[in-house]
Amino acid sequence: MIEKIAGASLKEYMSLFRGEPTIFIGSATCGRSAGAQKIEEIMGQRAAELSVECRMIHTGCMGLCYAEPMVVVFNGDSRGYIYGPVNRKLAKRIIQEHIVEGREVEPIGYVDIAFNGDSFEPVYALEFMEGQSRRILRRCGLIDPENMGHYLATGGYRGLMRALEMEPDEVIEEVKDSGLRGRGGAGFPTWLKWSLCRQEASEVKYLICNADEGDPGAFMNRSLIEGDPHALLEGILIASYAVGAREAYIYCRAEYPLALERLRVAISDLRNLGLLGKDILGSGFDLDIKIKEGAGAFVCGEETALISSIEGKRGMPRTRPPFPTTRGLWGKPTVINNVETLAAVSMIMQHGADYFNSLGTPESRGTKTFSLVGDVRRTGLIEVPLGTTLREVIFDIGGGVVDGELKAVQIGGPSGGCLPAELIDTGIDYDSLTSAGAIMGSGGLVVLSDRTCMVELARYFLEFTQRESCGKCVPCRVGTRQMLMILNDIVEGSGRPEDPDILRDVAESVRAASLCGLGQTSPNPVLTTLRYFEDEYHDHIKGRCTAAACSELMHYMIDPEKCDGCMACIKTCPAEAINGSRDEVHVIDQDGCLKCGSCLDICKRDAVRRVPGAYRQGTYSARIPEKDGW
Amino acid sequence: MDEELKRIFAGYTGHKSEIIPILQDIQDAYGYLPEDALEEVASFTGVSRAHLYGVATFYAQFRFKPRGRKHIMVCTGTACHVSGAEQVLDALERHLGIEEGDVTDDMEYSLESVGCIGCCSLAPCAMVNDEVVSRIKPSRVGKIFPKKS
Repeated sequence: MIEKIAGASLKEYMSLFRGEPTIFIGSATCGRSAGAQKIEEIMGQRAAELSVECRMIHTGCMGLCYAEPMVVVFNGDSRGYIYGPVNRKLAKRIIQEHIVEGREVEPIGYVDIAFNGDSFEPVYALEFMEGQSRRILRRCGLIDPENMGHYLATGGYRGLMRALEMEPDEVIEEVKDSGLRGRGGAGFPTWLKWSLCRQEASEVKYLICNADEGDPGAFMNRSLIEGDPHALLEGILIASYAVGAREAYIYCRAEYPLALERLRVAISDLRNLGLLGKDILGSGFDLDIKIKEGAGAFVCGEETALISSIEGKRGMPRTRPPFPTTRGLWGKPTVINNVETLAAVSMIMQHGADYFNSLGTPESRGTKTFSLVGDVRRTGLIEVPLGTTLREVIFDIGGGVVDGELKAVQIGGPSGGCLPAELIDTGIDYDSLTSAGAIMGSGGLVVLSDRTCMVELARYFLEFTQRESCGKCVPCRVGTRQMLMILNDIVEGSGRPEDPDILRDVAESVRAASLCGLGQTSPNPVLTTLRYFEDEYHDHIKGRCTAAACSELMHYMIDPEKCDGCMACIKTCPAEAINGSRDEVHVIDQDGCLKCGSCLDICKRDAVRRVPGAYRQGTYSARIPEKDGW
Repeated sequence: MDEELKRIFAGYTGHKSEIIPILQDIQDAYGYLPEDALEEVASFTGVSRAHLYGVATFYAQFRFKPRGRKHIMVCTGTACHVSGAEQVLDALERHLGIEEGDVTDDMEYSLESVGCIGCCSLAPCAMVNDEVVSRIKPSRVGKIFPKKS
């Protein structure tokens, strides 16, 4: 039956590339926030004015967040031209010149869609895509996530059909052969977790998909769900079959309304087609999938806390063992997998273990998605084979650092660490990162230029973990608070020389004695910045923030040589702390300055600078240091 | 009990595990968790008020004060933080004349910060009701969030 529907879907999907032109509009959260809906409206109006027929398809994010709002134009064949960022003018020109006259208007690249019903591997000609191996994300941006036919047409649910023809143990064996390790961050072998749960004697078992992507700086799960929700659902079906679960939960953050909406649509389509419920595809396997909305607690990403939260309690972790595979939800054996792990499972079952493990390093197989953000030219969502170096990711794919030099890379969210620029030839895989003091985490990669203060960044993460600590165990509750207080003192200029050593001691204790992963990893940002950037701690203690980022240890100045007296900063200053009249050099009244940065932000002549060190009387007329001023 | 609350309860059995979804529905309907409604939830699910407040206060999502027609949540995730989320929040506080966690007198705006909304590539950003506003500059908050008077 599925084959028949898939055949029809394939025809429907292929028809998008025949005949009248089709425009794919990136309509994930990032696309929408950049104005995708407005662009669609303008294109629609222009097409109507010129009376050309033109189909608009809403897709998820292709990963090119830097180019949002972004569209892909197919004009009668399977080569799509990629445009972005699209403004009003370009939107109109695309309709006029590309759609009507048939010639491309400076696209940033193109994608060829060559496919049959079983495999789907778009080929890109685009700088951002070189060096990437897009497998988990292969459909993102190229199908309508709310149209199940598009998923079926591009090989969807073939993995499930294959799995249902196998014994559950054979499915686990295949996942074992693939070498897949959990993509949530810890890297535990997926097959082993499944196998432990399968061996439990209980009649009732559960599968939970952890989509509580709480790491600030990470959005891979959101993009994957928004772009290809069925890839996740197929993985859930396969995993549930393998471990013997008949009920599955998706625990997804409430901060992701669009992802939740698309999941709901996908689940209802699945049910209508008989791929959910009783006796799926006549195999005797039953499954129901429920969505649980998270309520905004970072600690709920930890599996035992997540279980408490589904049970309606405060999301507090408990000691392990027993592990959830033995005693999980409602005391029953439960497997918890991350979104990306489950999407990888659909791919492994469709294409086989060898397809998956042909990429990666011996210990870390396959590809991994990362969100590439921060001070990098091309921000977005990427997928590379494990073992790819940070240099390749930042410079080849990301296009290098914007504004300044590369200083560090923050990887793995608040539980991760900051690796210095010297280590950018490190391959990204579980073991190399751990030995450098960071962790893979869920895959947030924040590129930091030399304008970032590492001490302040460590303080930021501690503030986060301190706030998010559930408070159940003392080392985490008190330890993170203690570290935060010391870090606050340092960035405010009242640090003491012995503080770095005290920080190190507290951090080690918190790491050793905390109950769950949140506490155990919360010292990572402190420990890695101390390991690689200890000088900055001492600079702060001496009263100077080299990066000119900590407001107590820096001040703003107007460069008299660049200021043309345009009054823009005077008008915008909320504290009325800038003096001067039109066409005369403006001066900041240091006593009144709030250090809000509005003047820096508004100045078109680049005359406002952040200067390291607190302002001292008499230094104002001094020459502004060239090197460390901004 | 008002009609709205009856409608919400009708979708549930009253089991303890339903507390969080029920609170989410109430917040969707009222914009916050009114004290009276919490009393009703406690008796509907058979848990003590202490337990219910314990759960509700644990999660960042739940609010105990009404919110404005436009509820602004400034993202303070890592990418936003390094691109100046702090300055954006400061500028908003000054512009709206309220502190984080408060609502303006005319009930137009309420202001909060949030861990991360996952729109890191277009930082700094904020969520206004269900829409994301990206690449906010402190100098532009007045234009993005106009005041009535």
